[in-house]
Amino acid sequence: MKYIDHHAHMVSRTTDDYQHMSLSGCVAVTEPAFWAGWDRSHADGFEDYFRQLTDFEPKRAAQYHIQHYAWMAMNPKEADDRVLSREVLKRIPKFLDRPTVLGIGEIGLNRVTRNEIETYTEQIELALAHKQLILIHTPHLEDKLKGTKISVDVLRSFPTLEPGRVLVDHAEEHTLGMILDHGYWAGLTLYPQTKVSAQRAADIVERFGADRICIAGACDWGPSDSMAVPRFILEMRRRKHSEALIHRLVFENPVQFLSQSSRFRIRPELERQEVGTR
Amino acid sequence: MSVTPSPSPLSPRELVDEYFIENRTKVLEIAAFLDRLDRADPSYASRDFRMKAFAEALAGLSLTSGRVDHIQQLLSDPREGPLDALDRKSALGAYDRWSEEARS
Repeated sequence: MKYIDHHAHMVSRTTDDYQHMSLSGCVAVTEPAFWAGWDRSHADGFEDYFRQLTDFEPKRAAQYHIQHYAWMAMNPKEADDRVLSREVLKRIPKFLDRPTVLGIGEIGLNRVTRNEIETYTEQIELALAHKQLILIHTPHLEDKLKGTKISVDVLRSFPTLEPGRVLVDHAEEHTLGMILDHGYWAGLTLYPQTKVSAQRAADIVERFGADRICIAGACDWGPSDSMAVPRFILEMRRRKHSEALIHRLVFENPVQFLSQSSRFRIRPELERQEVGTR
Repeated sequence: MSVTPSPSPLSPRELVDEYFIENRTKVLEIAAFLDRLDRADPSYASRDFRMKAFAEALAGLSLTSGRVDHIQQLLSDPREGPLDALDRKSALGAYDRWSEEARS
């Protein structure tokens, strides 16, 4: 089954991962800008990273017939540094015209500090000013519930922001309802430990349905799995869910959300092929 | 919220057939972890807030419904407002409400 992984930090992965993803049906990835696992000392480091995301990574992915798209942002883990954040935000607009950039992301909160909220708010303003889609990171573990509530509250303070142009990622059982209730898209990211497993993601779909839900691996430099989406597909098949439902979650839903950016275009032959094989 | 659930097509018997062994393994892993901690120091779990939350989460398994939601709430920071300043980079997996109670 063809699938799209809407959240994959491929700069941290080897070409073997691209190969395995391609062999397992991945046709496109979207890569949000994120933390490198250590704090960068200067905005120049971010600019090089943004060039890597928009110049180098699409070429690497194309070798394995995977379309690569990117999101530009000051990530939540470094967003508490207001001086650095302001400097990085000044440099983002020049990347928004790149042909594979879909929007602003992943923005959001980490430990849910006042500084993080200010940086997050400024990036929503940036997205609105440039008519960009938004991809939101929600905090980990004990911070997720509070952080998601505040993230949604900030989003709702922008009356001109269309909820359907925002995907709130890393949703779990206790946060999915508030995300969907307000009209946003939700992402379930499959992590070995700190987010949801393929089994729990399937449970969530059984409880909440498939409307406005996308599935991703969020593979990065830590314990994570570039093959997480195929494992979710396998889990859904294990439970005898229909191929149509699975296809909706891993292909049609991400296409629907991401296609709101004129830059996101799945190769037409893939869409035709998928319709024919369901 | 209006949702259209997609219930599992598996029957209860099929769910047990399919998932019993892997969840039996998980229960034994938890038991072995608790025994390991006891061998190191039988009183330690009662002093570490993460283990206190863990014990409450285990008790939550005996509920008859809504176990995941209940445990997610137990392990979450219940406070509403933001932190005034960054205290550390990463979350720890549970909120230390016991220290807060001791301070108040």
